[in-house]
Amino acid sequence: MSILVIAEHDNNEIKGATLNAVAAAQAIGSDVDILVAGANCSAAADAAAKIAGINKVLVADNAAYEFMLAENVAPLVAELAANYGHVLVAATTNGKNVIPRVGALLDVQPISDISAVISEDTFQRPFYAGNIVATVQSSDSIKVMTVRTTAFDPVAEEGGSATIEAVSAVHDAGVSEYKGEEVAKSDRPELTAADVIVSGGRGMQNGENFELLYKVADKLGAAVGASRAAVDAGFVPNEMQVGQTGKIVAPGLYIAVGISGAIQHLAGMKDSKVIVAINKDEDAPIFQVADYGLVADLFKALPELDAAL
Amino acid sequence: MKILVAVKRVADYNVKVRAKSDNTGPDLANVKMAINPFCEIAVEEAVRLKEKGIATEIVVVSIGPQAAQEQVRTALALGADRGILITTDTDLESLAVAKCLKAVCDNENPDIVLLGKQAIDGDNNHTGQMLGALTGWAQATFASELNIDGDSATVVREVDAGLQTIQIKLPAIVTADLRLNEPRYASLPNIMKAKKKTIDSTTPADLGVDVAPRTTLLKAEPPAERQAGIKVEDVAELVDKLKNEAKVIS
Ligand SMILES: Cc1cc2nc3c(=O)[nH]c(=O)nc-3n(C[C@H](O)[C@H](O)[C@H](O)COP(=O)(O)OP(=O)(O)OC[C@H]3O[C@@H](n4cnc5c(N)ncnc54)[C@H](O)[C@@H]3O)c2cc1C
Ligand SMILES: Nc1ncnc2c1ncn2[C@@H]1O[C@H](COP(=O)(O)O)[C@@H](O)[C@H]1O
Repeated sequence: MSILVIAEHDNNEIKGATLNAVAAAQAIGSDVDILVAGANCSAAADAAAKIAGINKVLVADNAAYEFMLAENVAPLVAELAANYGHVLVAATTNGKNVIPRVGALLDVQPISDISAVISEDTFQRPFYAGNIVATVQSSDSIKVMTVRTTAFDPVAEEGGSATIEAVSAVHDAGVSEYKGEEVAKSDRPELTAADVIVSGGRGMQNGENFELLYKVADKLGAAVGASRAAVDAGFVPNEMQVGQTGKIVAPGLYIAVGISGAIQHLAGMKDSKVIVAINKDEDAPIFQVADYGLVADLFKALPELDAAL
Repeated sequence: MKILVAVKRVADYNVKVRAKSDNTGPDLANVKMAINPFCEIAVEEAVRLKEKGIATEIVVVSIGPQAAQEQVRTALALGADRGILITTDTDLESLAVAKCLKAVCDNENPDIVLLGKQAIDGDNNHTGQMLGALTGWAQATFASELNIDGDSATVVREVDAGLQTIQIKLPAIVTADLRLNEPRYASLPNIMKAKKKTIDSTTPADLGVDVAPRTTLLKAEPPAERQAGIKVEDVAELVDKLKNEAKVIS
């Protein structure tokens, strides 16, 4: 049976997370199609057709799909799923919003955040804040899953030449409406795409002090993240939260500054290749996962780091 | 307006739950249990809607072992009016939970169902969305702000890019994110009052719900442990290590 991957896109470009989801799909089987559901999304569909190893791109181009509202997109996916053995999407907020609704429409049990493919029906996924890895076997005829992007290396963005096929089905439940978005524009890389991340916690004390992190981040070409405490306190916006219930990241280098290392924070970053912790408390749990720990006052260490880079 | 809130009994968030040594599942022996933190936020939101005069009744429901009655009581102490406990001996999958909640919706006809966005044990992030499919109602997941206006609601959602605002028709499903509110502590008088509130008990079978599992947990193992690292003396040593040992900066 072939595999359907739902693309994460903005109608113009395919988001990087899609490439990780395709990689997971290709670990299951070789016959992989992509669904681009959106409005005026032909540019995104063209981009999807170039992804390495894709068989076919299905394009559902309708105003009802513009903002990936689950009430409209889930019935579309459920309808298309009849032709597939697996439906996958990256575990982005869009993916997490839509996939369970698809699962219930199909009367199947979705599987969240798969981190490895063991066989066509058996997958691994972390639960309990990543403190346990479950191996789960599904008996459902269609497997509906989200993919932990950090667990699968992305496939090549270019090199494929899939056929593009229009899907005419329109589902407009008419029960929800997109009103707007508040998005902070930044020249720094996205958290989930960055190779280096510098994160700040409650120890930063306020939003202005995050400037100290931004300076270091800019020297390293890094993205900036945060703990829940820093977001809750209003130092930085919610999209910067790393953790069990925020973004899951695994960059080459993660620098945690003024972050204690709660279970929930570790769940979002402990698969990073190299972890650095800067904390004035030598007993902070973050040091248990850090490759390099510096016991220091961050207000002294960050300017020094900035100067040394 | 009637609000239904779904609360789950889970291991307390301060506990690092480990796999059993025989790898058959999580080791929950002697682990402190609590109401799932996101569910607590959902309850708080319902109580605030009642305090604002928008909600008239708050019904709280939990599906789990008999002991989940404690979490229903907690919600009653926070301000819910009455409880429903659906008892099962096995851990139900989210599909089965959503079907139980659908059956409760059919009986109770709520205007809003509030859930947590995620239970911190299974880390599924499923149930609200699945209940949305089963009821055919609108869903607003990851809510950080909820405003009711007649027969619709405006919800601000925490999404990857920032904050998204949607408007949904009621009845609807709303799942709580961390910034929706800061839950209160139950006062002693309210804890006492909660003891007198009604909790109706039922079972999935009584509700006509098939809870047969669709997945099998073959193994539950600890994740790969990280090698212990070292402490560096100062920033100069740190930069040197990152450049020359880890080779992650140039
Ligand atoms: C349901 C739920 C979900 C959650 N999800 C997440 C999540 O996704 N992500 C997340 O991060 N958390 C999450 N949390 C919160 C988590 O439990 C912790 O409360 C949080 O991670 C703590 O953030 P922190 O480390 O910044 O703050 P704290 O724990 O207060 O630590 C601050 C640290 O800064 C250090 N410090 C202070 N001043 C200085 C200084 N001048 N120089 C150097 N060091 C200094 C201190 O020594 C301390 O170690 C969640 C909690 C719950 C209940
Ligand atoms: N057994 C349960 N009983 C009551 N509510 C539940 C149960 N399981 C999940 N929920 C609700 O669904 C939310 C999301 O859980 P989950 O989909 O398991 O991550 C929780 O925060 C609860 O509001």
